[in-house]
Amino acid sequence: MLPTLNGRIQTRLFMLATWGVFWTLVLTPILPGDPDYRITFVLLGVVAVLGVIWELIYHALMQFRWEKDWPTFFGFITCINEGALIILLLRLDLVPFLGVDGSDVDIWAFVILFLVIWMSIWVWTNGPMRIFNVHWRFFGGRIV
Amino acid sequence: MDAVLSCRGTGLSSVTSTNRLPSEGEAAMDPNAPSVFPTTDMGNYAPAMPAAGDLNDQLLNSDFWTDEMVAAAGIPIVDVPFVTIGGGIGSFVTVDYLRIAGVPTDQIRVLSAIDFPWQTYEYLTRVSQIPRKERIRSDSASRPDNIWGFPSYALSEALKNKNPKTLWQVFVEPMWADFYTPKAGMVFESMERERRRIRYDEMLVKGLVRIVRRRYGGGYFSILTPPDGVTGTKRVAFRSQFVHVAVGYPGLKYLPELQAYRTEQNDYRHIVNAYESHEHVYERLMQYPSTVLVRGGGIVASRVLQRLMDDRLINGANTTIVHLFRTFINGPNDGNTGNNPTKTSPFMRRKGADGWAYQGFNYPKSVWGGQLKRQMRKLEGEDRARLYKTMGGTNTPYRRYWQKQMAQGRREGWYQLAVGTVEQMTPNGERIVSHVRTPQGMIPIEADFVIDCTGLEADVAEHRLLKDLLEHGGAGRNPVGRLDVDRTFELRGTRSGNGVMYASGSITLGGYFPGVDTFLGLQVAAQEIADDLAKRGFGKRIGPRRSLSQWLKWANGTTI
Repeated sequence: MLPTLNGRIQTRLFMLATWGVFWTLVLTPILPGDPDYRITFVLLGVVAVLGVIWELIYHALMQFRWEKDWPTFFGFITCINEGALIILLLRLDLVPFLGVDGSDVDIWAFVILFLVIWMSIWVWTNGPMRIFNVHWRFFGGRIV
Repeated sequence: MDAVLSCRGTGLSSVTSTNRLPSEGEAAMDPNAPSVFPTTDMGNYAPAMPAAGDLNDQLLNSDFWTDEMVAAAGIPIVDVPFVTIGGGIGSFVTVDYLRIAGVPTDQIRVLSAIDFPWQTYEYLTRVSQIPRKERIRSDSASRPDNIWGFPSYALSEALKNKNPKTLWQVFVEPMWADFYTPKAGMVFESMERERRRIRYDEMLVKGLVRIVRRRYGGGYFSILTPPDGVTGTKRVAFRSQFVHVAVGYPGLKYLPELQAYRTEQNDYRHIVNAYESHEHVYERLMQYPSTVLVRGGGIVASRVLQRLMDDRLINGANTTIVHLFRTFINGPNDGNTGNNPTKTSPFMRRKGADGWAYQGFNYPKSVWGGQLKRQMRKLEGEDRARLYKTMGGTNTPYRRYWQKQMAQGRREGWYQLAVGTVEQMTPNGERIVSHVRTPQGMIPIEADFVIDCTGLEADVAEHRLLKDLLEHGGAGRNPVGRLDVDRTFELRGTRSGNGVMYASGSITLGGYFPGVDTFLGLQVAAQEIADDLAKRGFGKRIGPRRSLSQWLKWANGTTI
């Protein structure tokens, strides 16, 4: 039912590779500020890389919880810290491979893309995903 | 413990035959034939055998049986590849998995003394004060009727009532709301639907199984004792390649001083166990101002207290409750250290107060898939037993409603706490005096009724089938004394040629997976068993395509 650290990282990467890529392909042409695919896919990549680091932090915090769980609400609300960090990195122009100055990227383009992907993944992994894989929830959220 | 109670198949059943009629083309059974048809219908047996059709000394004393030995005893043999013994929720979820994995009904038989899978569970939950309208202690996604756990109970309840309240609850639990748990009635109704959908009754054969023995040449004989008159012989042997044992709790164990008092005074009326029907206590309390001594600090004690307090606060009973704890928890704790916060690790510490240790479910949530499941899967012997102990110990969920009631009771003086161990119990007219050893010395507590909520479980060897498996079947015990199963839930030591025996439920507690005696635990076990069987060519492994198509059938209510 609850994932392990390995399972959380696997699920996160798998979801970004599916829902993340899907929404990036669909939304990029209509995002404000007219970003190109290079920018949006680099941002998706940054979300994935930083996400692994975030998982390690969450895992450490979980050790202080008796249940060793991460309540549904936490999984939802952590979009704030994760998104805010990337906005900060963009503002400071610390995101590599963008091809433009990070501070020139329209923040709303990132916010919209990020939240749509986040919500789809959060809803999907909290329910419908189980329809396709009966093993996933008992095997600690591992895909492989 | 709510979700714990599973599938003990003794003592409850109204005996009715559910055997199907022989269909066209089915021949009469000849017990000597290498293969016979999977039915126990009397009309199908070979006529008048010279032997009695009962177990004999040769059979009872042999660990391995040949087909000839069984036939010579006159016991009809029924061939079916897979039998599950118990017929409670453990058997049900395993059979559900196998049916969804494509196993037809004629390859499965459920040998059971009960009429429907939740019969024992419903009895035990009802008497321990969880009638259908009350909520059990089980997670939203632990659905014995749905192997996917989607939609969860919370989602189903929200859709049914057209009210998102339960969805909000799972969203903010456990910080700003109690853990969502389903109503007992909803659990039973959904299982009823699934029972019909997978044609469970076609697989059900009524009777008791007390012996399973290995067969020369592979597989097993499970000896069924059907209800009187249903079959032509006293016993029927089910010859199968695979056996699954899910008989639930071996039995209740009573505290020695309670048992002594009941036997000596012949008083089964004033001292009751919470798992016995004890409605008469509550009826009496409604009529006369009385004192009740409640013993135990687990979920059942919480339930019984709620009933007593509801009766007082809502229905006007004038009851004084004395609650006796053996270990009084009043701070951070774990199952090892009891109430000694200095000894608990900051990484393994649960909340506790007012006597109770608080925990949402029977185990920390991550035993059903997360970190603790992974950790336990790697541990052996002493190390495993130690982790079981750390996360064990009596506990109950923190529920806001209960907290409110208890706080009011303490404030108004009708809910009193005591800490100690009972040394002796003596009668005083109609009342019972418990002599309690406390840190301050011996204190007598006089009460009109004693409700024992300690929930002790009997040893596995108290169950005749399990005793036989330990003595003749090759089964052994795990580090906490129950049946030793492998990670696939195979009962270690019982392999018989190409035959495999599995077990799940509370009898396997102490294995590589901790949450066995819960709804979700039974499903975890069922998945491991179904996967292992698929590797052996029995049923298909449930991959994404089958999973999706079968879920759609579940959602549509399509019979499979």
